[in-house]
Amino acid sequence: MNLPLSSQIINLLAAMLLLLSFAMLTQRRILSLINLFALQGLTLTLSTLVVAWSTGQHHLYYSAALTFVLKVLILPSVLHRLIRKLSAKWDVETLINIPTTMLVGIALVILAFNVALPISQLAGTITKSTLGIALACVLLAFLTMITRSKAVPQVIGFLAMENGLVFAATSATYGMPMVVEFGIALDVMVGMVILGVFIFQIRERFDSLDIRHLEQLKEE
Amino acid sequence: MNWQIYLVLGTPLLGSILAALWGHKSWAAGLNIAISIGTFIAAAALTAHIISEGPVVTADEQFFVDSLNVFLVALTAFVSMTTSLFSRPYMRIEHAHGKLSDNRLRLFHSMYQLFVFTMLLVLLTNNLGILWVALEAATLTTVLLVSLYRTPASLEAAWKYFILCGVGIAQALFGTILLYSASEKVLGSGGSALLWTHLETVAGSLEPTVMSLAFVFLLVGYGTKVGLVPLHNWLPDAHAEGPTPVSAVLSGLLLNVALYALLRCKVLVDGALRAPFASQLMMGFGLLSVVVAAFFLSRQKDVKRMFAYSSVEHMGLITFAFGMGGPIANFAGLLHMTVHSLTKSAIFFAVGHAAQKAGTQIMDDIRGLMKVSPTVGWGLMLGSIAILGLPPFGVFASEFLILTTAMRLQPWATPFLLVALGVAFAAVFSKVQPMVFGETNARRLPHPPALVPVFAHLAIVLTLGFYIPPYLVDWYREAAKLIG
Amino acid sequence: MISWPGLIAQLTEIVLAVLLAPVLLGWVNQWRAWLQNKSGPGILQPYRTLRKLFAKEAVLAHNASPLFRATPYVLFACMCLAAGIVPTLGTDLPFSPAADAIALVGIFALARVFISLAAMDIGTAFGSLGARREMMVGFLAEPALLMVLFTASLISHSTSLATIVEHLAQMKFVIYPSLAFAGVAFTMVSLAENARIPVDNPSTHLELTMIHEAMVLEYSGRHLALIEWSAALKMFVYSCIGIALFFPFGIPAGGDAFGLLLALPALVAKLAVGGFALALIETLSAKMRIFRAPEYLGTAFLLAVLAMLIHFLLES
Repeated sequence: MNLPLSSQIINLLAAMLLLLSFAMLTQRRILSLINLFALQGLTLTLSTLVVAWSTGQHHLYYSAALTFVLKVLILPSVLHRLIRKLSAKWDVETLINIPTTMLVGIALVILAFNVALPISQLAGTITKSTLGIALACVLLAFLTMITRSKAVPQVIGFLAMENGLVFAATSATYGMPMVVEFGIALDVMVGMVILGVFIFQIRERFDSLDIRHLEQLKEE
Repeated sequence: MNWQIYLVLGTPLLGSILAALWGHKSWAAGLNIAISIGTFIAAAALTAHIISEGPVVTADEQFFVDSLNVFLVALTAFVSMTTSLFSRPYMRIEHAHGKLSDNRLRLFHSMYQLFVFTMLLVLLTNNLGILWVALEAATLTTVLLVSLYRTPASLEAAWKYFILCGVGIAQALFGTILLYSASEKVLGSGGSALLWTHLETVAGSLEPTVMSLAFVFLLVGYGTKVGLVPLHNWLPDAHAEGPTPVSAVLSGLLLNVALYALLRCKVLVDGALRAPFASQLMMGFGLLSVVVAAFFLSRQKDVKRMFAYSSVEHMGLITFAFGMGGPIANFAGLLHMTVHSLTKSAIFFAVGHAAQKAGTQIMDDIRGLMKVSPTVGWGLMLGSIAILGLPPFGVFASEFLILTTAMRLQPWATPFLLVALGVAFAAVFSKVQPMVFGETNARRLPHPPALVPVFAHLAIVLTLGFYIPPYLVDWYREAAKLIG
Repeated sequence: MISWPGLIAQLTEIVLAVLLAPVLLGWVNQWRAWLQNKSGPGILQPYRTLRKLFAKEAVLAHNASPLFRATPYVLFACMCLAAGIVPTLGTDLPFSPAADAIALVGIFALARVFISLAAMDIGTAFGSLGARREMMVGFLAEPALLMVLFTASLISHSTSLATIVEHLAQMKFVIYPSLAFAGVAFTMVSLAENARIPVDNPSTHLELTMIHEAMVLEYSGRHLALIEWSAALKMFVYSCIGIALFFPFGIPAGGDAFGLLLALPALVAKLAVGGFALALIETLSAKMRIFRAPEYLGTAFLLAVLAMLIHFLLES
């Protein structure tokens, strides 16, 4: 193994991202979940910066800045405010117990690594081997979403999935074209605002943020 | 320079801003109609231009129009226009019944125009990344539309819709990233590697492994929005709990637009793989959707849910047709897209008024529409007959084409299709018949219902069943050729 | 082929381990006291305790079986053997071909089985309770420990600890994300295995939570002394494994006398830092409920598995 130092750092950051995804998957407390999300955003920013610096892809600097502002500064503070306003510092109940979730998570990681392997071998980027990790992060965030019964953790899972996708974009292709990245960021922002409004309304209607109340609509 | 495209996109965008400012005024519904008519005229101009001049690439290659998407642009503009005509009296009645405040009406008008804008953007953009962004934006606007009543059920439906489609569309983004990583090697990094016109020319040299994986993600992602089983869970809820004009455009337009996104990707994957991988996946998902949705139809109690499942069934049929591929199946698929859009939105118009008259959406409680309002009753009856594929309506023609092609190309699938269509027929007919005929319990409405759109749509569908004008045939053939 | 320097290194290692283990324990306890603003008993306190215990008469229950009596000696022997396998001063160890990393885990398991059987031997409630908890912790910790060792083995292509250390110590600086993960997992496992704070508290006899202390309640005199000494040795060995896997720099390949002399201060320094870190962790964290222990060890296992997966993805 003779990788340049920048690749090694990217690999390390990728591993951190995966670790953070797992931490989010197994986290019970909502505040820690938000902090982990911010930390994930920061790791993502750092890895994008390292990629930008080592490959000389200038648009990645913008992408990193966008990630930093959106995922480290704005969204976590919005989420914190949301939690404060809802005065809801509850523990997050998971629908499946945590050790089982972890095992499922490991299975997903193995799946993601295997799926990404042929593509990594074809990609020409210095970050190619991290594509599997990116996919694993997406899947783990998905798992985080479906194992939570409360609205806010589901939203955080959704945002974490977005993080994984951005990481996938950097690792597979050195980022998408700028116009697309801005579009994605815009969608995330708007989606966040809508969800924020929604969360308040759900609480108003159901007096709770438990998504299990939202099970009236189903096939008889 | 092509001014029609800007007009097509600019009119609804401007409209949404105007509606955001004045959407609560009493004349806002008229404004909504005026903008929609404007959009339709622009779309018609664009269509005429494309038909006479051929495909257009414009605005630094960011927009691209050929006969495939211009046909959908025309359809989208038309149905959104008729829906705006229908929504005027419908929303007035809802307002009079106290279900909506002025502010909600403003939100509705603004989001409706924005939704039309995002759909047109999906159709017209040449950039597969922007396509994704626009489709996600379409999801966001419809989330607000579905939750318009803010009842617990509508909030639940909107939440489910947002989360499911959000997850789905995230998969599509991953697919797009993979697609970009494949194309970047051929086209070089930067803007042009996501432009469809460029991609199409180099489809043969794209890396097959990456492309096949990308298609799996794209199919899951956009397939969620198309409503393919097993990713269809959001669809019945969103249709049942949103306002009826929204159900009409969801079924009639959004599903088509999502399928269009999938088709564009399929062309690339087919080019890269030279194997029927994408086709087989689409046929599999399509057939599954047809069969599952048909069996779910009979179990529905809510009329809008039932017709939502019927949409799943028909989208499955169209996906199956495109999966089979070839000139005839693609032709049939495009025709079915058209007639399904028109018929289903007509049905939702009729169903909307029927539900208002009966004061409920539960089918057992809607009785004898013919007595109080023959027009609504006939609209519902004829619409149901049309959607079930009875001759002489256009749905019969397209379904007949799909079935005969299936017999020729994929004989194994034909029995499933026939059984599913039979089950669907029995289910829908037996439920609609007592709603239309028999004793009534309906009430009078404070405003006259809008029935012109219903019969206009049904008339077109009926005409298409008898006679497809030659220029339309050429147009469909052209578009069918593009899909391959 | 047994070389004289190797034999000397081997013997020095074991003797050193036996002698230094109580000091390490004392060092950790002393730091714990200081960090909690107490004056502390001094780092030689474990020795004083051992001397006191050896001087006392060993009291045995009437129904104690030979197994109960043999266990302290078996335990002590196991830990000495383990100390012989882990390279601390040099890698040219005559014992090392005999037992690799997996055998090392086996030796720990053997010790665990003996002490658990002995704990149940008398038939008191606490003994069985402690034994059950010990087995639960062991059952969850062992796979994690094995995974950590496998990750290191994958990097160096050998399961022999001596070879692993040689490989890792000679390597030029490369970031191994997998080793970082494995390091965290290993720390978690060793805290659990040595009955340290998040899982067990060595300084209380609270029956609701204790594990290790519950098992040795029936022992006294020289038996207890040996058991306490083995526990200290176990901690020492675990620290040495950690050093060998994650901070092997300074352990000389081969076993010449000069290298040995240089390795000794390095080892002591690393152990001192490690002991301080342990005291810090114990001070900063709270003891978990016993029902959370599976989750804690599950996390360790997860990290170790991730380490291995990441090795396959990023480093192969």
